[in-house]
Amino acid sequence: MRLVGESDVDDIAVGAAVLGTGGGGSPYLGKLLAQQAIRKHGPVKVVDASEVDDSALVICCAMMGAPTVVAEKLPRGDELIKAFTTLERYLGRTATHTVSIEAGGMNSTTPLGVATQLNIPLVDADAMGRAFPELQMVTPTLYGIRASPMVLADEKGNTVLISAVDNYWTERLARSITVDMGATASIALYALSGVQVKETLVRGTIGLAQELGRVLRDTRAAHGDPVTAIVDRLQGRLLFAGKVVDVARRTEAGFAKGSARVEGFDADTGAFLELQFQNEYLVAVREGDVVVSVPDLIITLDLDSGRPITTDEIRYGFRVAVVGAPCDSRWRTTAGLELVGPRYFGYDIDYTPLESLGMGTAGGGT
Amino acid sequence: MRLGIDVGGTNTDAVLMHGRRVVAEAKTPTTPDVTSGIVTAIGQVMSRHQAGEVDAVMIGTTHFTNAVVEARHLMATAVVRLGLPATQELPPMVDWPERLRIALGHHVYICHGGHEFDGRHISELDPAELIRVAEEIGRKGIRSIAISSVFSPINGEFEEEAGSVLSSALPGVAISLSSQIGRLGLLERENATVLNACLRDLADHTVQAFQGAIGSAGINAPLYLSQNDGTLMAVEQARRYPVATFASGPTNSMRGAAFLTGLLDCAVIDIGGTTSDVGTLQHGFPRPASVAVEMAEVRTNFRMPDVYSFGIGGGSVVRSDGALAVGPESVGYELPTRALCFGGQTLTATDVAVAAGLADVGNPALVRHLDRELVRRCLNLIQARVAQAVDRMRTSAAPIPVVVVGGGSILLGDRLPGASVLVRPEQFAVANAIGAAIAQVGGEVDQVFTLGGLSRDTAVDSAKATAVDRAVTAGADPATVQVVDVEDVPLSYLPGNAVRVRVKAVGDLRLEAKHLATGG
Repeated sequence: MRLVGESDVDDIAVGAAVLGTGGGGSPYLGKLLAQQAIRKHGPVKVVDASEVDDSALVICCAMMGAPTVVAEKLPRGDELIKAFTTLERYLGRTATHTVSIEAGGMNSTTPLGVATQLNIPLVDADAMGRAFPELQMVTPTLYGIRASPMVLADEKGNTVLISAVDNYWTERLARSITVDMGATASIALYALSGVQVKETLVRGTIGLAQELGRVLRDTRAAHGDPVTAIVDRLQGRLLFAGKVVDVARRTEAGFAKGSARVEGFDADTGAFLELQFQNEYLVAVREGDVVVSVPDLIITLDLDSGRPITTDEIRYGFRVAVVGAPCDSRWRTTAGLELVGPRYFGYDIDYTPLESLGMGTAGGGT
Repeated sequence: MRLGIDVGGTNTDAVLMHGRRVVAEAKTPTTPDVTSGIVTAIGQVMSRHQAGEVDAVMIGTTHFTNAVVEARHLMATAVVRLGLPATQELPPMVDWPERLRIALGHHVYICHGGHEFDGRHISELDPAELIRVAEEIGRKGIRSIAISSVFSPINGEFEEEAGSVLSSALPGVAISLSSQIGRLGLLERENATVLNACLRDLADHTVQAFQGAIGSAGINAPLYLSQNDGTLMAVEQARRYPVATFASGPTNSMRGAAFLTGLLDCAVIDIGGTTSDVGTLQHGFPRPASVAVEMAEVRTNFRMPDVYSFGIGGGSVVRSDGALAVGPESVGYELPTRALCFGGQTLTATDVAVAAGLADVGNPALVRHLDRELVRRCLNLIQARVAQAVDRMRTSAAPIPVVVVGGGSILLGDRLPGASVLVRPEQFAVANAIGAAIAQVGGEVDQVFTLGGLSRDTAVDSAKATAVDRAVTAGADPATVQVVDVEDVPLSYLPGNAVRVRVKAVGDLRLEAKHLATGG
């Protein structure tokens, strides 16, 4: 067990935005909300998955909806608690812990507020190991665990309980309700036992986020190279360094899709990398060769500062480093790829793990 | 003719312009009372002209920025936010530095009201609640109120209604509305509004002083103030929205420099002693920064020009032990004593430029011994850094003209990779005042449209029409108004095809009839 205080939240939010692979919301608001809660209710107890009792009841909580809307219609403050306790009442049990559903600027820090207000520990883990856009895209789905019963709450006091036949239906129903609630909702879902937490979740992501945030801060202070530091810590690969020369965006089936074209420099001079995104960065193609694809992490960092760059803000002129990092190994199974592989997002390519792909110079990819 | 005046921290500059021609210019020290410096500058440029020849006076000032940075002359301010039951978790001024929070008093209220992203009401406005708030504000003796409301950039009706309830309950109180100031992003827009509200007294006094200064020169022409986006606002607007003058200095400088070269689309680079700033102009206007901008440690989102700064200037220290490096360390203002060419001991970027024959500064004999190869590599390095910075700010891959100004501009030769042409304007010393004098009038829209049945083109057209209307209302000649910037970004994680559209329109200032009658 360790304690996370106000000052630790800065690092966690920034590090989580790195793991958010271009999506996952604003680290600034995530940070402010968590710090506000910690100021009122005290530091958060964080435990490793191994410390969780087999019989524990662990509930995921998150914010759902459009980050642009969250930045305008700020929370009332008790929505998450309401969603959480409503689910507890329905289950007839009190949760012993809470946990993040994803690693992202907003949702890595969201459960910190719940943990400190309800005085329960936060499990150092999450259900994606990165950010994904839909509720069923979590490792527990691979073990047949249901997202529902799930509760959505808004600032007006509305709560909606969903009991769905599968996790795709939960996503679909929850998305419509979120729009009705004003395009943001606070959610509690995936009630897990301690056994399930240990078996199904991606462990250590809060600690990892905090470490990434600290690495960025320390490397900058020492005038080191933040990009290399991030690559080393994630055992990833620096895939490309260059300048964004074109960004095209479009809305398709309710998703903000687009692509960014990066012109290389240094070792990549003369080459181009195309980054395709749908909320998160999903595929990177170099001269016709896929050099990394979802579910592996595609992390775009400001070349000088190492600051993670979201798909909302990427634009012409940004000098970026594109980094690939391996995803949780369960995403690489047949079932994992069916849930979050490139084809699910509409890309007609076969997934090849980052480590087996060429760097785009020869062979590699499709 | 137009009289442009720039009131900076150090100097007050003035130019008199006839059409595109600079007729007279002056530079005098800024005085503590501000007014007498302006009177002196006006006196100098008007020495051979009649006061009646001036059609309009444009003033750019850093006065309000400095007041906030120094936390001086700020009013106690109340903040009323409309959005209950939402937004309570992050109250107004939540992330402000203690120093400014104390200066303003931290009087914050959250009331009912606010809109959803699609225009529905979060809750109805409650006049009785607002009157209770007004009573408390009245008891505290506060005379300025900032009002914000959730999604007010989409619909400002609640802010306006609340404003009229509060001002009828508190006659004479100054009201600042967030929908008039910032973009989407409640905290940042509200912060900018609070900064505006605390400057209202100072704005009254300053504008009055400006008018007094002009009047005492016998000039009877309308007064305008420069805004940070390169457009003008009339005096009445300036009294109510002083915050719009923040960062008008760099904007005027860039626009003035570009004007002197006749370029509308270009990059402008100002190379100083320690750092350099690069910005770009599109259709003559600086591109606004897309991320939050901190103003005296307060996060805001108003239309600051997007300027990229990096650590190379005339005083940059050159290190050749190990890998060659120029800057970010600099001798700064000590250049005239510490640089080799001035008899000092430190090898600086200026020495390298002198050794290469690019500049005639100091004593060239003192740098003649420098290794030719080292000089060549240094200049290449500086050129590469500048080119990279310009490259970063460009919005398309095509080479663009680059305008170079500032004392450190000697570091660059005649060419720059990625630049179609490199231009060094004359008369740069008064570029800020020229930037003020040539400014136009604009209107802006930043709105989220839900495209249920509405096509993207219809949404963009509707935003364009609103922007044009706003420009005309602000004083633009309708015949000259043009849409200069359109940007639409789909909202992520949101089904239902919602799109955020930003449009900016500008036009020439509609001058008084007397100007038209005399054909001047």
